[in-house]
Amino acid sequence: MKHFLNSFILITLLGFAGISYAEPVVETPTVNSAGSVAVEIATTPVPTGVDASASVAVTTPTVNKGDTAWMIMATVLVILMVIPGLALFYGGMVRAKNMLSVLMQVFVIFSMMAILWAIYGYSIAFTEGNPFFGGLSKMFLIGITPDSIAATFSKGVYIPEYMYVAFQLTFAGITPALIIGAFAERVKFSAILVFMLIWFTFAYLPIAHMVWYWAGPDAYTDAKTGETAAATAGFLFQKGALDFAGGTVVHINAGIAGLIGCLLVGKRIGFQKESLAPHSVTLTMVGASLLWVGWFGFNVGSNLEANGLSALVFINTLLASAAATLAWSAAEWIIRGKPSMLGGASGAIAGLVAITPACGWAGPMGAIALGIVAGAACFGAVTSLKSMLGYDDSLDAFGVHGIGGIIGALGTAVVASPALGGTGVWDYVANGVAEYSMSTQFISQLWGVLLCIVWSGTVSFIAFKFVDIMIGLRVSEESEREGLDISEHGETAYHI
Amino acid sequence: MKLITAIVKPFKLDDVREALSDMGVSGVTVTEVKGFGRQKGHTELYRGAEYVVDFLPKAKVEVAVADQLVAQAVEAITKAANTGKIGDGKIFVTNLEQVVRIRTGETGDEAL
Repeated sequence: MKHFLNSFILITLLGFAGISYAEPVVETPTVNSAGSVAVEIATTPVPTGVDASASVAVTTPTVNKGDTAWMIMATVLVILMVIPGLALFYGGMVRAKNMLSVLMQVFVIFSMMAILWAIYGYSIAFTEGNPFFGGLSKMFLIGITPDSIAATFSKGVYIPEYMYVAFQLTFAGITPALIIGAFAERVKFSAILVFMLIWFTFAYLPIAHMVWYWAGPDAYTDAKTGETAAATAGFLFQKGALDFAGGTVVHINAGIAGLIGCLLVGKRIGFQKESLAPHSVTLTMVGASLLWVGWFGFNVGSNLEANGLSALVFINTLLASAAATLAWSAAEWIIRGKPSMLGGASGAIAGLVAITPACGWAGPMGAIALGIVAGAACFGAVTSLKSMLGYDDSLDAFGVHGIGGIIGALGTAVVASPALGGTGVWDYVANGVAEYSMSTQFISQLWGVLLCIVWSGTVSFIAFKFVDIMIGLRVSEESEREGLDISEHGETAYHI
Repeated sequence: MKLITAIVKPFKLDDVREALSDMGVSGVTVTEVKGFGRQKGHTELYRGAEYVVDFLPKAKVEVAVADQLVAQAVEAITKAANTGKIGDGKIFVTNLEQVVRIRTGETGDEAL
């Protein structure tokens, strides 16, 4: 997604100009006069990047069919991650009597967030406001037409704004759904929906705005305009925190909300006394695999273009998840005696979470290193840390997404370093890779992590307390024993 | 008449059925059951949460036979279900007061 004055060295390195010119141009290409940034741009394709001299200050915004097609695909892939991916991944881990409750929570949360996103979410996250909240100018998606365009990370390259709205919608949809893993099997459906409404509004949207909102690369023409543009960006963007595809916005954000949730809701009845074993590790594996596949839309799509950098993001995502799978399985094999399928699936997800913020800046070997660290550390978090602290994070929303997200966010500062095979950070004013300081970047990343922890933690705490007072968080003991499928949804998952 | 209830390893069920058929037994009732004996259970680990599975799956075979066939039936089951390892199961023999064939109303040995 968005970043500091930065990124995307590969755009120039890999000859983006040639790639983007490959689209069939319907009309005779006409070079628009500079400054005629009209909304009809989408219908008058103009060769992009033909003029390689980046020193030309004004670029003509163009929409490329290849980019647009890829973003449609990427958005579908992220939807695949949520429904059915995440739903099955989580569903397999609960007991059979709670299977439908998990599927239904994910399904409905995703739908609810989609509508909220169109009503006010997109506007608050992605329009100019103050460093913490965007404005309300695009509420109800007002003013957006098929000809509207949204900036990417290359000067002059745009995608249809509707596609940008839809792509970002899927992120807003998956993040709240991740949280339910922490308190699965014991919370009222109504309480979850009200909590998500509050949390989405006061935690997801501001964090997304703080991390990702910026004026776009074309606003950075010289030092002065760059400064003006930078001042309009989100708070963490200004701090220089890097988060390519949502390590902070999605994973730390959701992980912390989950941790607060399971602390406030309390443990499941029978925790550490009865068997609360997953009812189908098979379905969890299916869900994890769908997540894995969908994650290529999540990470690679976050580049908003189909170019060389997208290819780097792809290989990084693939290698980090594979490395983390091996790391988790190896750690489990050595420490617990047997490598479990649930462990393998969990490892893949931990790796995907950790590479998410780093995938556009790491080199392939950096991605592998990050995956190994994340796989082993998340294994430690869910097996040792959880039992040490005694909280009941049912499906390890915090252990995998919170911990994995923090490792990824901080690790980004390390693997982004050009000295370690990373790409460094792009300076849009100088149109080159800026000088890289790992310690400075690490401080920036720390800003992102700590602010997210405090912000999401505070909002979550207040929201859970509010919902608890208004409608109560937990189902009755009787309902919990009977299972949420019957007591909350009036159905049974399996009739065998 | 006696009722023989045998708890055997599930994978031995086919051998037991075959052995009983071979000696002329014309019907058995089979149930999937769980329980424990000297074999004890096993431990399952899910992301660090350890669950001891005390009850292992077994097959319960119930067969009613005439008094003169009891010894032969018990021997057939014992032979068919034996692996020599712990957990092979048990056989219980109890008295059977009455048997009725629902379709015809026959009772006693006739109904077996």
